[in-house]
Amino acid sequence: MSEKKKKIAIIASKANLADAYPPFILASTAAAMDYEVSIFFTFFGLNLLKKKGLKKVKITPVGETAMPMPIPQIVGMLPGMTDMATAMMKNWMKKANVVSLEELRELSLEAGVKMIACQMTMDVMKVKREELIDEIEVGGAATFLQFASEADITLYI
Amino acid sequence: MSENKITKILDVKGLNCPLPILKTKKAINEIEVGEIIEVLATDPGSVNDFQAWIESTGHELVESAEENGIFRYLIKKTK
Repeated sequence: MSEKKKKIAIIASKANLADAYPPFILASTAAAMDYEVSIFFTFFGLNLLKKKGLKKVKITPVGETAMPMPIPQIVGMLPGMTDMATAMMKNWMKKANVVSLEELRELSLEAGVKMIACQMTMDVMKVKREELIDEIEVGGAATFLQFASEADITLYI
Repeated sequence: MSENKITKILDVKGLNCPLPILKTKKAINEIEVGEIIEVLATDPGSVNDFQAWIESTGHELVESAEENGIFRYLIKKTK
């Protein structure tokens, strides 16, 4: 069984609740399926690599017409609605025994998922290396492309 | 009748995707080649997920059954 390992390359570019889960779920599962996994975190996705970033992951009812609790878009714009929708969603997820983002990120790292922070985003958003978790690398487009060029699956999330 | 000696039992009842698979992978890392792990799950999606995981990792699904909403998988470590 010395076949070459399959590879998956993921770009995580968003940090809304609904966009934050897929990179970590797919990465951790792919690692469990013996894939070699890399995630490149860019733009708002970089937030997912911050030590305290996962607490800021929220869901906004504005623009999301499929929210389980239907509220008019204009109401969704009111102060506090994002926090309310987030609390509600997290509560439902907890009840459904969905794992937390913190735990998923930890499990992914444990399983050997390689995480790369986008240097350019760090410069633009003035993010210091020490604000990010230790277990990651910092790189640019070429770093991602090098890995992606050999990947069996490439996803932009 | 059954020669399938179970080395380890993993209870992932109540857990949702992707935890059953992640925990099974961890557990299989802790047993020896040829040994069998029994996984108990309640996630209906696990039926397809375990099939896919088996195909991808090359371990052997010795038995797969469902009783009263509990899915039971016997997996033999092959490598």
